[in-house]
Amino acid sequence: MSENIEKHEYDVVVIGAGGAGLRAAIEARAQGKRTAIISKSLFGKAHTVMAEGGCAAAMGNVNSNDNWMVHYRDTMRGGKFLNNWRMAELHAKEAPDRVWELETYGALFDRTPDGKISQRNFGGHTYPRLAHVGDRTGLELIRTLQQKIVSLQQEDFKETGDYESNIRVFHECTITELFKADGRIAGAFAYYRSTGQFVRFDAPAVVLATGGVGKSYQVTSNSWEYTGDGHALALRAGATLINMEFLQFHPTGMVWPPSVKGILVTESVRGDGGILKNSDGKRFMFDYIPDVFKEQYATTPEEGDRWYDDPDNNRRPPELLPRDEVARAINSEVKAGRGTPHGGVFLDIASRRSKEEILKRLPSMYHQFKELADVDITAEPMEVGPTCHYVMGGVEVDPDTAMSVVPGLFSAGECSGGMHGSNRLGGNSLSDLLVFGRRAGAGASEYVDGLGGVRPAVLTDDVAQAEKRALLPFSSATEGGENPFVVHQELQKTMNDLVGIIRKADEMELALKALEDIATRTRTVSVEGARVFNPGWHLALDLRNMLLVSLCVARAALERQESRGGHTRDDYPVMDSDWRHVLLVLSALGEDNVELVRKEQLPMRPELFDLFELDELKKYYTGEELGGHRADSAADKGEKA
Amino acid sequence: MTHDQHFRVWRGDDEKGELVDYPVEVNEGEVVLDIIHRLQATQAQDMAVRWNCKAGKCGSCSVEINGKPRLACMTRMSTFTEDEVITVTPLRTFPVIRDLVTDVSFNYTKAREIPSFAPPEGVEPGEYRMQQVDVERSQEFRKCIECYLCQNTCHVVRDHEENKESFAGPRYLMRIAELDMHPLDSADRQKAAQEEHGLGMCNITKCCTEVCPEHIKITDNALIPLKERVVDRKYDPLVWLGSKIFKRGEV
Repeated sequence: MSENIEKHEYDVVVIGAGGAGLRAAIEARAQGKRTAIISKSLFGKAHTVMAEGGCAAAMGNVNSNDNWMVHYRDTMRGGKFLNNWRMAELHAKEAPDRVWELETYGALFDRTPDGKISQRNFGGHTYPRLAHVGDRTGLELIRTLQQKIVSLQQEDFKETGDYESNIRVFHECTITELFKADGRIAGAFAYYRSTGQFVRFDAPAVVLATGGVGKSYQVTSNSWEYTGDGHALALRAGATLINMEFLQFHPTGMVWPPSVKGILVTESVRGDGGILKNSDGKRFMFDYIPDVFKEQYATTPEEGDRWYDDPDNNRRPPELLPRDEVARAINSEVKAGRGTPHGGVFLDIASRRSKEEILKRLPSMYHQFKELADVDITAEPMEVGPTCHYVMGGVEVDPDTAMSVVPGLFSAGECSGGMHGSNRLGGNSLSDLLVFGRRAGAGASEYVDGLGGVRPAVLTDDVAQAEKRALLPFSSATEGGENPFVVHQELQKTMNDLVGIIRKADEMELALKALEDIATRTRTVSVEGARVFNPGWHLALDLRNMLLVSLCVARAALERQESRGGHTRDDYPVMDSDWRHVLLVLSALGEDNVELVRKEQLPMRPELFDLFELDELKKYYTGEELGGHRADSAADKGEKA
Repeated sequence: MTHDQHFRVWRGDDEKGELVDYPVEVNEGEVVLDIIHRLQATQAQDMAVRWNCKAGKCGSCSVEINGKPRLACMTRMSTFTEDEVITVTPLRTFPVIRDLVTDVSFNYTKAREIPSFAPPEGVEPGEYRMQQVDVERSQEFRKCIECYLCQNTCHVVRDHEENKESFAGPRYLMRIAELDMHPLDSADRQKAAQEEHGLGMCNITKCCTEVCPEHIKITDNALIPLKERVVDRKYDPLVWLGSKIFKRGEV
C-alpha cells in the first residue's frame, strides 16, 4: 500500500446526509449504535433542500376524512399498482408520526387556524395532505434533522466531553467502494474531498441514502451529487436494483437561460392560466389530447379559457393533462422542428394574466427567475422542456427492515426502489425519507445486535484494490486518457437523447452501444493536478457510478414493452396488465456491465386488496389475478374503520 | 450572444496563492458559476469550487466577486459590462483549503455551542399547537440557507481572528433569536446570548442583512429584538426582583 490509510470503526455507517440518511442516523444513535454519517457535501446542503411542495402524511388536520387507507390507495394509484405494497402500506401508516416527531425536534410548519400543522392539496392526493413551510419544506426538513443531530451531539458532550463520541459527520467525504467479508458488509472506502486522503470505515452495517441519478441526464433538476452512488455501490457489492426503467421527468423545466437550465417551473403556472406555444406561436396542446382523455379536456381554446373561472361547466385546458402527456407533446413539437431556439417550447403566462395577478399568485416563481436569470415571467414567455427529476428505481430492499439482499447493506429514500412503483406522487418523497430512513436505522441496529459481537473483518487486499481503483485516473493520465468533463457530457447527451422521456427500441439499442463505448472511455479518463479538492478527479470517480446506473436504466427500459408511469414507450404506448406484476431486477457483472432478470411481484395482502373497488382494479390487473377476489365494496367500509 | 471576458480567479492553498488570469467565453444568460464550470471543463480541471444546487437554495457556492460576498449561482454575468475584469476570490474570513474553497468549520463549531430546541414538557408529539402569526417570526430566520455570507462579511470577525472565540456571528445569534421566539421553546436564552455568544459585540451596522441572499432582515428582526429582550430584562426592576425570589433567572 502506498499510504497509511486513516481508519475508523463504527457500528453503523450511513452514506448520504439528506433526509433519509440523517433520519437513519438519528435512529441508529437512538438504538445505542456508534454512527458515522458520510456526506459528499457540507452538512446541511443535501438535495433534500430543493423539495418545495411538502411532506405527505394523512394527519387529517384539514380534512378529517383523510387516513392511512386513503393515502395508501392514492400512492398505489400513482404508481400504477406496481409499487411494493408493503412499503406503501408502512409509508401511509407511519408518515403522520414521523412528521409530528419533527415538531419535537423544533420544526415550524405552517399552521391551520386551530394551531395544527397545515396541509395543502397536491396532484394525486385525495385530500389536503402535505405538511409544508411555504415553498421551502425541504429546507425545513433538512435543517430540523441537522439540528436534531447537533442536539444529540450536545447530549453526548455532556456525558463524555466529546461531541462526536456517538455520532460523527464526515463531510465532503466520498465513498468509492464497499467492503465485504464472508458475503456480509464489512466496511467502506472513501476519500476526503478537501485533502484527497483516503479513509476507511470498518462497520458491519452500511445504510445507503445517496439520493438519485439525475446527473446522468443533460437536463435535470438534480444537483451535482446525484450521480447514483448508492445505486452503483449496491450493485458492485452484489445487491440488486429494481424499477430502474421508471424515471420521473417533469414536463416544464427551464431550458433557457443556462443559469436556470433544468430548474422546475411549477405546475401551477399552467393551472393559473399559462399556455404552451410552439415557435409558430401555435397553442399546440389541443392536438395532443389522447382518446382516453377526450371527455375530460376542452377541445377549443375558448372552452379551455372559461374553465379557469368556471370549472364546473367547462372542461379543463389540455395544458393540464398528466405530466407524461404534456412532456410527450413538447417532445414531439421539438422533434418536428417547431421548438424554441434552445430546444424547448414557450410557456406563456405573461400575455394571459396581468402583472399584478402573476405577482400575487406566483410570487416565488417570479422572484426565482428574476433573480437567477433576469427573466421577467410577467413580461415574456419562458422556454421550457422536460427535465429529469426523480428516479423511482433503486436498491431492492426488505420493506420492514430496509435491508438489501446483501447482509448488512441497507438502503432508504430515493436510492431504494419499490415504494413509488412506476410513478411517485408529489409530497411522497419527503415522507418516504422519514419513514424508511428511520426503518433503515432501526434495521441496521437490529442487524448489528444479531451479530453478537462477531464482526466481519475487512480484507487488506480489498483495501489495496479500492485504493488502486481510486487512483486510476491519475495513473492513466500518462496514457493520454480523456478529460472526464467531456466524457460526462457525452454520457448525459446519450441518456437525454436516447433514453429520455419518450423511448423507442431502436434508440435504446443505439444508447446501449454508445454506453459500451463510453464505458471504455470512462475506465481511462485522466485527470490533471493533485488530489487536494480536485473536481476533475471527483468527477472521474463519480462517472463510473453514472455509467453503471445508466446501463441499468437503458437495459430495463428496453426490456419493458409497455408504457406505465415514468416509462413511456413510443412503440408500446399502452399500459399492459401482464407487465404490472413483473419486476426487472438488475445486478452488476463487473464494473461496467449489468445483468437483467425478471421477477414476479408478490401479490398484495387480501385486506389491502379489499381497500379498492373491483372496477378500479380491473384497469390494472389481469382477469386471472382478479379471479379469486370477491369483496368489491369493502373500500367504503374500510375507510370508516 | 457570446463574448470573451477577462476572469481573474484566486488559485492556491492556505500557504500561498495568486490571482490567475483567464480569458473565457461568456454566453447570454449565464451566471458566474457557469463560467467557473466552463473554466473547469476547458482550462483548469482542478479549479476547486464548492457548489450544489445551482438554484440559490443550498448556500454552497459562496465566494467574493469583485470584493463582494456573493453566491456564484446568483450572480448574473449581465450585471457586469463586457470589458469588466471579474475577480473571484475565496471568502476572506475563513482559511483557504484550495482555490475558491474555504474551511468553514468555524460555523459548525459555533452551531454546536448554541443550546438546541428545548421541547415543552408534557406535550406529546402531535399535540403541538401554535398560531401561524406566532411561528412566522422564527420562520423568517429558518429561511436561512447557511451560506455564511453574513458570517464572512461581519466586521467583528472578518479581520479579527481574535474575536472568533467569543463571537457566534450573525447566523448563530439569529439562531438564538429564532429559538427565543419559538412559541413552545422552554429554555431561557437571553442571558447566554449576551454573555456566552457575543451578542454585545454586534453594533448593528447591518452588513449581514445586506449580503443575505434570502433577504432575511437579520439585524432588524433578529439581532435588535434580541438585544432589546436582553436589555429589558437586565434593567427591569420587576424582573430583577423576580430573579432574586425564584433564583432561576427566569420569570
